[in-house]
Amino acid sequence: MAASPGISIAIVGSGGAGALTTGNSLLESGSAAGWYGLFTRTLGPQIRGGEAAALLRLAVDPVECLPDQFDLLIGIDWLNAHRFGAEIKIGPETLVISDPRGGDKPAMVTESGARVIDVPMKEMAKAIPDGRPNMIALGIAGRLLGLTTEQVFAPIARRLADKGSAAIEASLAGIKVGFAEAAGIDFGAQLASPRPSSARRWLLSGNEATALGAIRGGVRFAAAYPITPATEVLEWLAPSLAKVGGVLLQAEDELAAINMIIGSSFGGTPALTATSGPGLSLMIEALGLATSAEIPIVVVDVMRGGPSTGIPTKSEQADLNIAIYGLHGDAPHLVLAPQSVGDCMFTTQWSTYLAETLQCPVIVLSDQFMGQARAALERPADVAFIGARKIATDIVGAYERYAFAANGVSPMAIPGTRGGQYTADGLTHSQRGTPTSGASDHRAQLDKRRDKLDHFNFGDHWANVEGTGDLAVLTWGSLTSSAREAITRAATDGINARLVAPRLLLPTQPERLAKVLHGVKRILVVEQTHSGQFYRYLRAHYDLPAPVRVFNRPGPLPITAGEIHRAITEWR
Amino acid sequence: MSAAAANPKVASLNDLLAVAYQIEIDAVERYNLLADQMEVHNNPELVKVFRDLARAEGIHGEEIRRLAGDFDVVAHAHQIAKFQKSESPEQADLGSAHYLMTPWHALQLSLKGEERALAYFTSIVETAKDPKVKAMAAELVEEEAEHVNLVHRLLRRYPQPSESWAEDLDPPVSQE
Amino acid sequence: MSTVDTRRVYKQADYKSDVNPIWCPGCGDYHVLMSFTRAFAQLGLPPEDIVVVSGIGCSSRIPAYTNCYGFHGVHGRSLALAAGLKVTRPDLTVVVASGDGDGYSIGGNHFLHACRRNIDMTYVVMDNRIYGMTKGQPSPTTEPEFDTALSPGGTGLRPFHPLVVALASGANFIARCFSGEPNETAAVLVEAIKHPGFSFVEILSPCVTFRPDEKGWKDLVHPAPVAATTDPGKAARRIMTDDGFNVGILYRGNRTPFQPAVAATDVDLSELEKDFEL
Repeated sequence: MAASPGISIAIVGSGGAGALTTGNSLLESGSAAGWYGLFTRTLGPQIRGGEAAALLRLAVDPVECLPDQFDLLIGIDWLNAHRFGAEIKIGPETLVISDPRGGDKPAMVTESGARVIDVPMKEMAKAIPDGRPNMIALGIAGRLLGLTTEQVFAPIARRLADKGSAAIEASLAGIKVGFAEAAGIDFGAQLASPRPSSARRWLLSGNEATALGAIRGGVRFAAAYPITPATEVLEWLAPSLAKVGGVLLQAEDELAAINMIIGSSFGGTPALTATSGPGLSLMIEALGLATSAEIPIVVVDVMRGGPSTGIPTKSEQADLNIAIYGLHGDAPHLVLAPQSVGDCMFTTQWSTYLAETLQCPVIVLSDQFMGQARAALERPADVAFIGARKIATDIVGAYERYAFAANGVSPMAIPGTRGGQYTADGLTHSQRGTPTSGASDHRAQLDKRRDKLDHFNFGDHWANVEGTGDLAVLTWGSLTSSAREAITRAATDGINARLVAPRLLLPTQPERLAKVLHGVKRILVVEQTHSGQFYRYLRAHYDLPAPVRVFNRPGPLPITAGEIHRAITEWR
Repeated sequence: MSAAAANPKVASLNDLLAVAYQIEIDAVERYNLLADQMEVHNNPELVKVFRDLARAEGIHGEEIRRLAGDFDVVAHAHQIAKFQKSESPEQADLGSAHYLMTPWHALQLSLKGEERALAYFTSIVETAKDPKVKAMAAELVEEEAEHVNLVHRLLRRYPQPSESWAEDLDPPVSQE
Repeated sequence: MSTVDTRRVYKQADYKSDVNPIWCPGCGDYHVLMSFTRAFAQLGLPPEDIVVVSGIGCSSRIPAYTNCYGFHGVHGRSLALAAGLKVTRPDLTVVVASGDGDGYSIGGNHFLHACRRNIDMTYVVMDNRIYGMTKGQPSPTTEPEFDTALSPGGTGLRPFHPLVVALASGANFIARCFSGEPNETAAVLVEAIKHPGFSFVEILSPCVTFRPDEKGWKDLVHPAPVAATTDPGKAARRIMTDDGFNVGILYRGNRTPFQPAVAATDVDLSELEKDFEL
């Protein structure tokens, strides 16, 4: 049996079966053993006790997307598992381990042709005082991955450290029973050994990476209103900001949250809030204020299925339109999108830098998939993007907050600076900041705010461009990783495709895109929306120099590398 | 809390001069504020009336300053002449302003101010212990009485407008 | 509150900008502006250390008329903006200006939470019981029978009682003033700004254009018959049972203001990365 460069495992359970704990600790064990990995989850709507599936991929090389198909599916039980059956693809090569007392196997199992082995995990757990079936499952999965009991047990021991020795012993006993059971199971797959490497590696979620990127970029104030799936950004920031002399304030609603960060930034403290579609909708008015008053702020939208309450726990890319076009009036602002768990850190840090440098609001479009996924990855490189706002100091004579400057960015007086007093205003204003309804002032300030973005050199970070093939896969956000994997696979079939994934969505970069699309014969647009928002955005703002096909599908089904690979292959 | 209790304490001639000076300066400021309001609301006739009133009060203020000779009445006024409760007597009532007001209305405001100043200095004449203060306050009473008469004379040139003075057929405009 | 600058003497005029206010002649807000500048001068605060924050409405035009830093933001959100400013810049004196529509209607929720949060700032609401900026629609404090185009025959609704709401929500200082008494108002503002925590000052400020009847307020207002209480129970009874024209400081609480420690640090950010190291 040849060793495989990657193994994918799904663990399903409900009613507190502990599927998520099992998947998370396998990720921790696997990444501690030297593999790279990605953990994500899919859930029912319950707060506690709902049906849940842990989706885990461990690999020799970094992975940032889900597999096309899982190698191992463990059903601790099958109650309501059909609800996310479509999200867990299995096939004849898959091994399913099923508790015979776990309810009827769902169609996704019975119709897949997968090999099923019954293991009475509940019964085995009952034989252990305080035993839990998920520990049996953990033991089985650990052994099939080639881990030792010590490696599998370590994350559980950390989790249970304050629960007393009985709980710890019960878990260890369960893991050992699972190991013994797995000895008799022929998995048919084997994960290749990790490559020896001295690279520093991290284990974190995209939301945590976003929060760290913000602090690295200079953010020292956050306003927080909880919303799925963005809350973890704020929860990580709460204690972390305090450590660096910053502060997080819980707001009464999203309207307050965005106005709080505007107030903080006006006072000279770089500021951020994080939300999801419904919250972003509420923040739109104040985003216009920040544009008009030229206040740097960062708003992270961790996108979920929409519209309205939509599917709060699952991913979609359908907030593109509101981020680009949502503001009333002509309101130049920035929209950026990270492309992976690790890139959440870079993109948020860069966004903070850009907001501060350009004195305007930035919307960061993350999504539920990368936001709530946890990944074992190489530590992202340090970058020098640290907020450097142009500040007015030593003010002599009449201060003009919105004075015309060569690059459109005028020095900002911070309260406390003598002689710099001005009133920031959402009303159309003169260079001094005084309200006016005159045509020339209106035009001049509109020009100023547009030009400062248009004239800025965003450099090479504006997009990820990889490869030189004459088919370009044009995508964005967390789909970038699936597209990259698809292109790699296509290359093994002899199809040469290039990846073009803009990180900077607004202001648009038509000249840059034209350059990287030079010579392409076919363009495949890939996006996770129902209406093709990204495609329409491209059509509106760019010249696409070749025939275009669009592969779009709404959430919550992830678009896999295999599907993109097929779309590439089919277009010859 | 009577208004008088919060008025500046006048114990000496210098105190009285300072307070008298401040009363004129406060009136100047108020008339100029009203003139500014009229400017914003495109009532040039009233801009002129209020600027003229401001100028006249300014001249009174200067006279008091000269009367004080070497004594720095401005600095002393800044020290003591603060009306903690209610406003300075000659300050025209801001609440009575109207964008369509006529000179008659402005003079009514002015008349009330002069009458308040007259009453104020009269109260000092009645309560002052220092004969020099009493004498000077009496002079100021004379002067304010003269101003009252002057306003009455001016009012003959500007009779009360008809009841429709505030009529504006255009509707108010919605803003912001 | 920011630090008093003992090296400089500030006059009232130092706090007034050269922008000519655009309010109707006769409007109470002119008086409120005078009360602001007078209070600032009495406190001796450097103008650059004061920030006046507002929303939308006639009263919210006030920041640009001062020579302080100002923020004229969106409708109803001034308290939130001010909260973000004050917690990160506790060295500044923050005064928030609002009206009965901006503060009690669209901004009502923020009012509750600002009282509850008790950040050290002063909230001044110029209440004229009408939306003036949009030509006279009923506000939360408009009398039920007051007839407008939007509410023919009156709203029939019980008016909002801002002082009771402030007290119940945790405001640490509650006062009512009348704009026509600018010196008295200034004295209250001085106390409100000096008082730690969230100070709420409701100023009855007549709208001469849409509520000419409010000119009569000057004959209705009267000083509160007793000094401010520190007992919220007593304050509740007094505020609930007064005639709405009791002016002066009505309640002085002693709750500790909310202010997390903030200080610029040169903390090595690699400390934070330790959470993620494998």
